[in-house]
Amino acid sequence: MKQDISKLLQKKKKQILEDWINNQLADATLREDLMSNDELREQSAELLDGLLKALTDKNFSDVESKEFEPVYEILAGISVSRAKQGFSPRETGIYVFSLKDALLKTLQTELKDDPSTLLDAMLKTNKLMDSMGILTFETYLKGREEIILRQTDEITEISTPVIRVWDGILALPIIGTLDSARTQVVMENLLQEIVASGSTIAILDISGVPAVDSLVAQHLIKTVAATRLMGAECIISGIRPEIAQTVVHLGIDLSSIVTKATLANALKHAFGILRLEVRKVQKEKIV
Amino acid sequence: MKLMKIVLSKDSMKIEREQDVVPFRGRVKEYAVKIGMSLVNQTKLITAASELVRNMLKYGNGGVVLIEVISEGRDNGIRLTFSDKGPGIADIALAMKDGYSSGKSLGIGLPGTKRLVNEFDIKSTPGQGTTVSIIKWKNG
Repeated sequence: MKQDISKLLQKKKKQILEDWINNQLADATLREDLMSNDELREQSAELLDGLLKALTDKNFSDVESKEFEPVYEILAGISVSRAKQGFSPRETGIYVFSLKDALLKTLQTELKDDPSTLLDAMLKTNKLMDSMGILTFETYLKGREEIILRQTDEITEISTPVIRVWDGILALPIIGTLDSARTQVVMENLLQEIVASGSTIAILDISGVPAVDSLVAQHLIKTVAATRLMGAECIISGIRPEIAQTVVHLGIDLSSIVTKATLANALKHAFGILRLEVRKVQKEKIV
Repeated sequence: MKLMKIVLSKDSMKIEREQDVVPFRGRVKEYAVKIGMSLVNQTKLITAASELVRNMLKYGNGGVVLIEVISEGRDNGIRLTFSDKGPGIADIALAMKDGYSSGKSLGIGLPGTKRLVNEFDIKSTPGQGTTVSIIKWKNG
């Protein structure tokens, strides 16, 4: 009589879970610092539960079958959360593959009198677990990528500070490449700060921009135009000699914009517009 | 007699997203520094590379850039070859004109790039893609 493998596995669920947990606990890379044993047990039980529930003899060999979707969902969730918690790919991989060991061990003991069924069951289990393994890595990477994207956003946020250098004068040091997304953030921050502070002069310092190509120049021109619409004057400072030559050869026309070599020069120019003067104090001699 | 251009080293880089632009520029800069290019020429080369790579992303949906260190007589230089499989350029003469843009840019990308480098070559077949090759000599 041919045995129902899925039923067999369901019957032995407790044993499999125990084996699986033991496999995980026995592994040298167990990360108790990242996840407690109770949590690990709970997570494992949930996945195994889902897997055995979805498993029938009909869909055993069909890893794409619809019944497995909820299992994959659980697995994907676990994998993403592990990536975020800082598990290494190896540790995440061992989590899934130690389940394979546990399943195979159970099959081996239960079906030792029936080699042909055992072989068949093992092959199918292998295939199923491999596809689960692949999914784990896919989602693990996705989790990591999300972290990178979030960090990129954070860098964009923190790298565009607007500084009030004087009453009515704002300075905005730009560091890194000005792409469309950065320009948007820069422009928004700058325009908002102009309103908030009632400033009439904004200094854009591009000392930290490695190269000015036509796209960067276009973004700069747009930012200046928007600032002017708000009634403020915009000065671009921090133009290095090599940048100046490149801009000329490239044929970018920045003549309508006030540009200065250094932030100090720009500030001086701004003082001139505001009719301010900075003087050394002459100490009067006390007799 | 015309001197031969000898390729000293070869490297290629795939450009698929906007995030690839900055690492690509870093790579070009590395090679430029290695052959001892002056800061002004470095900046010109990097700006030209940046210009072309953005074009490739915008119009050609990305592509591959070949970075070569070449030597001709006593001069060393860097040759960059940008190939994409985009829609191609129907009228190259028009695209090379200052102030013309099929997109919404300043329209100085291609002609400006030509002014920044020593040798500039563009080939395009509509429907098949575009290949732009530039050379910047160390002392050019």
